[in-house]
Amino acid sequence: MPKLLSAFIIGAIFGLGIALSGMANPAKVLNFFDIAGTWDPSLAFVMGGALVTTAIGYRLVFGARQRPLFEKSFGLPTSRAIDLPLVGGSALFGVGWGIAGFCPGGAVPALGLGHPETPVFLAAMIAGIALARWIKVRGSSVVAAQQTPSRGA
Amino acid sequence: MTEFTPLLSLAGGVLIGLSAVFLMLLHGRIAGMTGILAGVVPPLPVDWPWRAAFLAGAALAPFVFIVAGGIVPFAVPVSTLALVVGGLIVGVGVTYGSGCTSGHGVCGIARLSPRSITATIVFMIAAFATVYVVRHVFGA
Repeated sequence: MPKLLSAFIIGAIFGLGIALSGMANPAKVLNFFDIAGTWDPSLAFVMGGALVTTAIGYRLVFGARQRPLFEKSFGLPTSRAIDLPLVGGSALFGVGWGIAGFCPGGAVPALGLGHPETPVFLAAMIAGIALARWIKVRGSSVVAAQQTPSRGA
Repeated sequence: MTEFTPLLSLAGGVLIGLSAVFLMLLHGRIAGMTGILAGVVPPLPVDWPWRAAFLAGAALAPFVFIVAGGIVPFAVPVSTLALVVGGLIVGVGVTYGSGCTSGHGVCGIARLSPRSITATIVFMIAAFATVYVVRHVFGA
């Protein structure tokens, strides 16, 4: 129970941060990417604030502890491959982000704002996640070769 | 047009960072929305409950904030079709790319992961290019 409550509170801090920062607002996100038009550089400050805080905080956490409070070990991504799925998938993500103005981290907190567009995007995105998984499973069973599953952040 | 909000955006960014740090300290996990969301899409992994709790908190906090009188500007300057097409592409992309803005862009870069730095550069360039093409080539 303390685990679930803590995950809930940490999620709430994340959601509040997203909402305050402007990341939950597709208009603001798209204006950040529109340097040649209605540019709004605010989101650079979101990334800056989040990155500096996380970089310092992670160093303190990893420097002070061998394991997290609630689990036996830190679950960090182990893959180091810079391959086609990483680059191609990231490029696709950027294209979709630029078309819709929502990213996953922005859309979940935006759900709490109660606008009808958010569930439309989220439903399509979850369908995309399910579709990609289905293609991956199908591809690997066709190849029938032993592959190490790559699961990252 | 949207209003330039450097201080508010910086404060929001610090909260996002604190959330990432606490999730690592307490649960030992990367605060990447892609991974957390993927963990509540069937087939469910055994550790789905904490992910569901995180998602509930993430959606509920903005709700409580606006109910309490807070204002969160929100506008969707694209069509429903664009939301659906964009959503599908984002879902496929983050699954193959193993992460999004929060996982790669914040947590991964903070760990100096070469994979995350590469992913972030690629998706940022792709988003800048897409918005340029959509708005200034097609004039949408």
